[in-house]
Order: sequence, then C-alpha cells, then structure tokens
Amino acid sequence: MGGGALGALIEEFPVILGAFWLTIRLTLASAVVALVLGTVLAAMRVSPFGVLRGAATVYVNTLRNTPLTLVIVFCGLGLGLVLDVSFSESLSTNYLWLSIIGLSAYTAAFVCEAIRSGINTVPVGQAEAARALGLTFTQNLRFVVLPQAFRAIIAPLGSLLIALTKNTTVAAAIGVAEASLTMKSLFEQHQDSVVAIFFGFALAFLVLTLPTGLLFGRLARWLKVAR
Amino acid sequence: MSSVLYDAPGPRGILRNRILTFVFAALLIVAAWYVYLKFDEKGQFDAALWEPFLQADVWVNLIIPGLLNTLSAAAVATLIAVPFGFVFGIARLSEHAWIRVPAGAVVEFFRAIPLLIMIFFAQYGGSAVLGLTVTSFTAVVFGLVLYNGSVLAEIVRAGIQSLPRGQTEAALAIGLRKGDVMRLILLPQAVTAMMPAIVSQLIVLLKDTALGFIVAFEDLLNAGARILPANFRNLIPAVIVVAIIYIIINVLVGLLANWLERRSRRSRKTTIKPVEAPQSVGVG
Repeated sequence: MGGGALGALIEEFPVILGAFWLTIRLTLASAVVALVLGTVLAAMRVSPFGVLRGAATVYVNTLRNTPLTLVIVFCGLGLGLVLDVSFSESLSTNYLWLSIIGLSAYTAAFVCEAIRSGINTVPVGQAEAARALGLTFTQNLRFVVLPQAFRAIIAPLGSLLIALTKNTTVAAAIGVAEASLTMKSLFEQHQDSVVAIFFGFALAFLVLTLPTGLLFGRLARWLKVAR
Repeated sequence: MSSVLYDAPGPRGILRNRILTFVFAALLIVAAWYVYLKFDEKGQFDAALWEPFLQADVWVNLIIPGLLNTLSAAAVATLIAVPFGFVFGIARLSEHAWIRVPAGAVVEFFRAIPLLIMIFFAQYGGSAVLGLTVTSFTAVVFGLVLYNGSVLAEIVRAGIQSLPRGQTEAALAIGLRKGDVMRLILLPQAVTAMMPAIVSQLIVLLKDTALGFIVAFEDLLNAGARILPANFRNLIPAVIVVAIIYIIINVLVGLLANWLERRSRRSRKTTIKPVEAPQSVGVG
C-alpha cells in the first residue's frame, strides 16, 4: 500500500486511459444507435396501427425483462459464433460491434419508454386546442406536441446515458477489453494494490457519470415546460 | 380514440389506416421470414438442438440448479439490501451532519459506479486484502447489496420526504420523540407509498444476478450459455429458453408490483402518491 500502491496506477496509466477511451467510444456508439432505434420503436408504439404497436410492445417488454448480460452473450456468441454475423476481419473489432448491437438493442427499449412517456406528459387539451385552431397533423406535431415532449424527455435520457456508460462494462462478458475487464487484469498483475486500482477506476467512472448527470439535470430544469 | 397525436379518424382515415395496417403487417412478416431463413440456414431449427428441453433430466440436473442459484443469490441480496436501504435512507435524513453526510457519500458513490467493478473488487480484494477466499456467490451478492441497497436508500428517502411536513410537526407537537415519529408516524405511511418502487427495484436486482455469469457463478445464464451448449452444442436454443424463464419470473414480479400499486392507491392509510421508481434501467 501507500506509494507502492499508487505506483501501479501511475505505471499502468496509458493502459487505463486506453480502456476508458474504449468505454467512451462504446457508450457513444451505443447511445446513437439506441436513440435512433428507440425513436423508431416509440413512433411504432404511439402509431394508429395495431400491428406496429403490438410488435414494438413485444420488443420492449422482451428486452426490458431480459438481463443485459444475456443479451450481450446472445449477440457475441449467438450472432457472432453460431450465425457468423461479421463486421470486421479482426476478431476483437467484431466483438466490439456485436457488443454495441447488444447494448443498443437493450437500451433502445428504455429509450422507447422514455419517449413514449414524454409524449404522454403533453395534455390532450393542447392537441385539441391545436386542432380547433385548424392546425394539421404535422403542424400539431411540430409546433405543439413535440417541443413539449422533447423537453420532458431530457432528464430521463440523461439517466439512460449514465446507465449506459455503466452498462458498457457488461461487454466484458464477451471479452471486450473496456474498463472493467482491464481493471480485472490489472488486479491479477498487481495483487498488492487491488484497493488503489479499484478506487482509481471508480473515480474515473465518477468523472464520466457525474458531469453527465449535472449537465442533463441543468438542461432539464432550464428547458422545463412551465405549466 | 382521441390521443395527443391523432384525431379520431373519419371514414377515409379508417380505410387508409386499414390498408397501411396490412402493408406494415406484410413488412413485419417478411422481416420475420428473413430471420427464420437465416436461422434455418445454420440449422438452428434442427430437432436435435431443441430435443434436450424435452428430457426431464436436462431440467433437473442442468437448468433447475442454475435457476435455484439465481433465485438464492437474489433472495440473499434482497434480504440484506432492503435493511441497508432503510438504514441509509433514514440516515440521509438525519439532523446530524456527521451521520447524514457519510451516508449520502456512500449512497451516491455506489449508485454512480458500475456494479460489475464492485463484483470484481469483491473477488480480488477479498483475497488480496483480507486473505479470504471469496466465492463467486459472495462476490455477486456483495455487489448487488451495495448497488441496489443504495438505490433503495434513495427510494426510502424520497418516500419519507413525500409525506406532508404537518405529519412530523403534529407528531412532535403531541410529544413523540424523534425515533417514535419515524417509527410510528412516517415509516408506516411511507412504506405504503414506496412499495411499488421497491418491488420494481427488486426486479432489477433479479436481472442483475446474471452478471454472475462473468465471474463464473453457476446461475441460470451459466446453465444456458455454458453448460447446455457444452453438452448439446445448442447455444441459441438454450439462450432463448433461459431468456423465456427470466422473462416469466420478471413479469410475475412485475404483476406483483402493479397489484401493490393499485392496492396502495386504494388504501386509506395515506393520501400521498406512490413514489416513482428511479429509472429502473438496471445492468445485468
């Protein structure tokens, strides 16, 4: 412990930095895919077509009730090894993409629910007033419903981004060398400084998640719909 | 149906919606057919891969033991996490800064870091620092308790804070001591309000036990993704069956949460609204 313990953190600093860079890239890539997929699912869930509503409901309920580890293992081993889905010649890049698919497929179910409940916060009277004024369907969406719904989903989307940042650690299940798997291998190499390494990694995660929370919290308060 | 998005459709609108419904149904069927063909190409519908699930001893020897491990990890973690949540949730409301601040720091710290690194830390830290051999079961329960206990602490705090201030004031005015105010006045009302949120967090806890797979805990996911494929080379069918088991358990617990919420809304013990669960995203 003491100086020797911190020594391990300083000595391995480039490795740790690389691991967290991978965590950040995993988070951002999955966030973008999950946002797109979640928006499509939300559009399906509020559409006037029973088939689409049903399909999206089945998707959301299935993914929300399945452990993320299972989803990622299914993507890595099921899609990757059994069904030969391939994105890249390099094995590690391929697993990276498969874990992004798993993370975003899982997160999209929660994004869909956040958007749907955002739309539900808009009182029906708003839309009725808009129709009474003669606004068309698209005008109603563009000027009345979506601007209010968008403001209501900022805070939930922020919590989802934080959860996603932490959830990228589950990619360790299929051997993606992000932060948690790197921490585990550093534990094995430096058995005398396990505590220092753990707190170093925990601190780095705090650095990633706390500013995100503050930023989204401030945005949500700032853009809050006065009602 | 009048929603925020759509006006009630007229005759032409109804016709258009029907036509589009058929178009979308056709598209979904084509997509499902494509997935079916891809699976079939790799022989995933061979009877040999699914046949093991018809044998009683596969269930008795391989799947049920995994399920029991998952359930016992979840049960032990729940039994420790719920008191943890109450202690830290109440401690965060303490009038004494030397109790309130450390409790707040612990709760915020464990909510902000990934559960998996706590499990790894329990595994390696236990032997490196304390010289103990930490089983994968202990490591998983350790992580689940700290993370979910901290989230439960936030639910407890929100539940107590959602009570009207007059409750505390009236209780103090009739001469109750601080501990009695909490025990006799605040907690009985708050527990009703936070029950649904607590149960949804327990679903998250149950799902999170699957993280044990990463540290070779012999849970339900381990049965589906390691043991069954090693015996029958049927990874995809096994993972699908295991996923269905997880979904059934979670839906059942979810129904319990809904029932509790309806019940607490009906209950005349309190007029306060149920506490909303904090984004029950959950890892696992």
